[in-house]
Amino acid sequence: MDDGIIAVAAGSATAPALPQATARKAPLGLWAAAVLAALLVLLPLGFTVFQASTFGFDDAFDLLVRPLVGELLVNTLKITVATTLAAAVIGTAAAWFVERTQLPGRRLWSVLVVVPLAIPPFVTSFAWVSLSLSLQDFAGATLVVTSAYYPLVYLPVAAALRGMDPALEETSRALGCGPWACFFRVVLPQLRPALLGGMLLVALGVLAEFGAFTLLRFRTFTTEIYAEYRTSFDGAGASLLACVLIVLCLICLAAEFRVRGAARYERLDRGTRRAALHYRLGWARWLIVAGFAALALATLGVPLGMIVFWLTQHAQAAVTPVSVSFEALTDATLASIGLGLAGAALTTLLALPLGFLLARYSNRFATALERTVFIAQGVPGIVIALAIVSLAVHALRPLYQSAELLVVAYAIMFLPLALVSVRAALLQAQPRLEDTARVLGLNGLQVAWRVVLPLAGPGLGAAAAMVFIATVTELTTTLLLSPIGTRTLATQIWVDTSALAFAAAAPFAALLVAISLASTWLLMSLLGKSAVLGSHQG
Amino acid sequence: MAEVRIERLSKRFGTHQVLRGVDLSVASGRLVAILGPSGSGKTTLLRLLCGFERLDEGAIWIGDTLMSGPSVHVPSERRRIGYVPQEGALFPHLSVADNIVFGLPRALRQTRHRVAELLELVGLPQSYAARPPQELSGGQQQRVALARALAPAPALVLLDEPFSSLDAALRIETRQAVAQALTFAGATALLVTHDQSEALSMGSEVAVLWDGQLIQVASPATLYRHPVNPELASFVGEAVLLAGIVEQGQLTCALGRLDVEPGTRDGVVEVLLRPEQIRLQSAGGAQGAATAGSVAAGMPDAVPGAVPGVVQQVTYYGHDASVRIRLANDVMLNARVPGHRCPVPGATVYCSVEGNAVTYAR
Repeated sequence: MDDGIIAVAAGSATAPALPQATARKAPLGLWAAAVLAALLVLLPLGFTVFQASTFGFDDAFDLLVRPLVGELLVNTLKITVATTLAAAVIGTAAAWFVERTQLPGRRLWSVLVVVPLAIPPFVTSFAWVSLSLSLQDFAGATLVVTSAYYPLVYLPVAAALRGMDPALEETSRALGCGPWACFFRVVLPQLRPALLGGMLLVALGVLAEFGAFTLLRFRTFTTEIYAEYRTSFDGAGASLLACVLIVLCLICLAAEFRVRGAARYERLDRGTRRAALHYRLGWARWLIVAGFAALALATLGVPLGMIVFWLTQHAQAAVTPVSVSFEALTDATLASIGLGLAGAALTTLLALPLGFLLARYSNRFATALERTVFIAQGVPGIVIALAIVSLAVHALRPLYQSAELLVVAYAIMFLPLALVSVRAALLQAQPRLEDTARVLGLNGLQVAWRVVLPLAGPGLGAAAAMVFIATVTELTTTLLLSPIGTRTLATQIWVDTSALAFAAAAPFAALLVAISLASTWLLMSLLGKSAVLGSHQG
Repeated sequence: MAEVRIERLSKRFGTHQVLRGVDLSVASGRLVAILGPSGSGKTTLLRLLCGFERLDEGAIWIGDTLMSGPSVHVPSERRRIGYVPQEGALFPHLSVADNIVFGLPRALRQTRHRVAELLELVGLPQSYAARPPQELSGGQQQRVALARALAPAPALVLLDEPFSSLDAALRIETRQAVAQALTFAGATALLVTHDQSEALSMGSEVAVLWDGQLIQVASPATLYRHPVNPELASFVGEAVLLAGIVEQGQLTCALGRLDVEPGTRDGVVEVLLRPEQIRLQSAGGAQGAATAGSVAAGMPDAVPGAVPGVVQQVTYYGHDASVRIRLANDVMLNARVPGHRCPVPGATVYCSVEGNAVTYAR
């Protein structure tokens, strides 16, 4: 808690200072912008529910209560729980070993652990399936989806570990806690907001995952919604299934809300950080290194290896021979990059007002807006795409099949992803620093430019980079909403893979992975900066 | 509570030798302040005691147990120390009471063992037990941190600049509360600080760490009156340093002929006086009439042998004032006078010295 606010609060009364969030009011414009973003996100969801409600109760009951829906429910829940737990354990363990131990090659592992984020799950599953068809089951789906999503736990947990005051751990050690007790009684409670935030992202991501499950022939609600749409072109039938999925997401959110409780994000101390403790691993370090190597092999080695393998094969080696023109490659690349940049810019911009509200003026209404936005992550891309297609046909005819509408769809889909990073970034710019700048004579705009942006900049850049990667590697919405004649890398891979033209898909897959690897590298260098700052002080 | 012995302790980080053969022992139940400028190695010394770092050479004994040696390193959690870090470092996810009982076995944690007693010991009301630490002021957080450190009845309490982040009034108040609590608990304690007034007022002994070495371990009065060298004299408090010469037990310097400590050797010396040793008097008799208007009332007349000087600058603190004076031969010195005897700039005053001068051979 900072002195300035204590002084303000104590000026009127002698009572101890209140939590500072209640001490100020947010400008109305900020609220308006945040509400607008939340409403935009609610639009496809609301439309889907509206469409589903056009069914009579009996029809809806008949459609929902049948063995297929039961099977989908079991499948979806099984894969979500298994993947979330696996990602939590792997992500947290990896973050702890990288940030808190003298693990050999820490810098290398800290990069390799995040890189899987750059490889779309449908590419990963294609690679595993082409390696062994026996992976087309629950175990295979868990393996593929976990390896694609665990960085979503690793990233926030690693950041939280870096931001943690080392004095807390030192104090607990001095008070008699061994390394394990220290981890469970001090470190883990501090990590809780980051860990649960990450797990929530994984769970919602898995609930919405479509491409990987289709290729792995693992039936979930998303794959069935797509099938329903393809067979009947009936938005209403699909929307009913989508509503079940949305209920699952709401349960997920409620659980997250209960567990997280009144998590305290702000640091308690006021000083500069000392370097963190780095535990010695002793002989066990080679065991841990072997674990990291196995993780890298499974999550990176196999997908990249298979792409390279198909690149070296002649087109005739695949089931369907198709030759690829250089022009098709450049067109698809430019389309992907352009859409990705536009999506990243719009999404980060939309996340800013709400992120700022949550970081500074957090109250029930802001949290409600935040949860509204998070609902969007649980709405599968296929549902968002279908809703937007229907909306455009009915009400926004000129926008139908335009690139602008596709970018808006991206923004709706990836706002939660951006919001997590944007809020965390804005929390870095502590209010007392802003107060100091104000006192030094800066106006609001100057404070934003000279204090908030430099402090929060790396985090905001990370948010944009994450959205860019997600957009470029996004498949479903792009498939349904891209303008006629526009082929992106993702849709081209999909088309070729569906036609079993594996060799033809390979160059597009290689380009897609290269682009998202490059932007992941950018993301790492942005986050790496704060990591370097954290470990070089004191 | 146990005795602490530190023997020939050395520590280097890379090529930088941070501690060089530090020897120190603290008797049971005493509070020793370790005073040093920043970068002198005092925090490293504390972290070695805590077991956060490993030493290169030497030994650390707490009671009869060897805690650190070249081949011995008892981990922090088994040293039975109470550690009060800078800024308190309260666990933000736990209430005040849960913070206090953190270091106790589970059964005692659940019964909130001694929480009431410890809150009283550090001077906080019982109603604070259920509060989250975020609702406490900096000073209150420090008190809770001390209560947390004392709860498991540690053999030794280590305080790492615990008051540096507090404002002046709060600092003095918190200092007193902490000193009282430590005395009442009968704790053996080491306090690391760069603040000389904190070291002098809190330590029963003060150990001065200078560039990785302990250059003096003494009572606060001895340290202030007889620091081992002129640099330390300036660090421990405001110092008047003059050139002088000792001949047959008599010192001659810009302030005339002064008494020195018995047994001082003849030769060229550097003279140490404290500003409060210098008495200012107005010019007596007819001479005084000319300047009477510019000198505050109550200033005594000059005694024989007093040296004249002109007041250059006055810094007024209320209870006292610091007066900068230029002597006849352009020697500058600072005197500290009670607030009600404060001269004005430009006035001529006569300076005499109370007590002995301390000298350093040159």
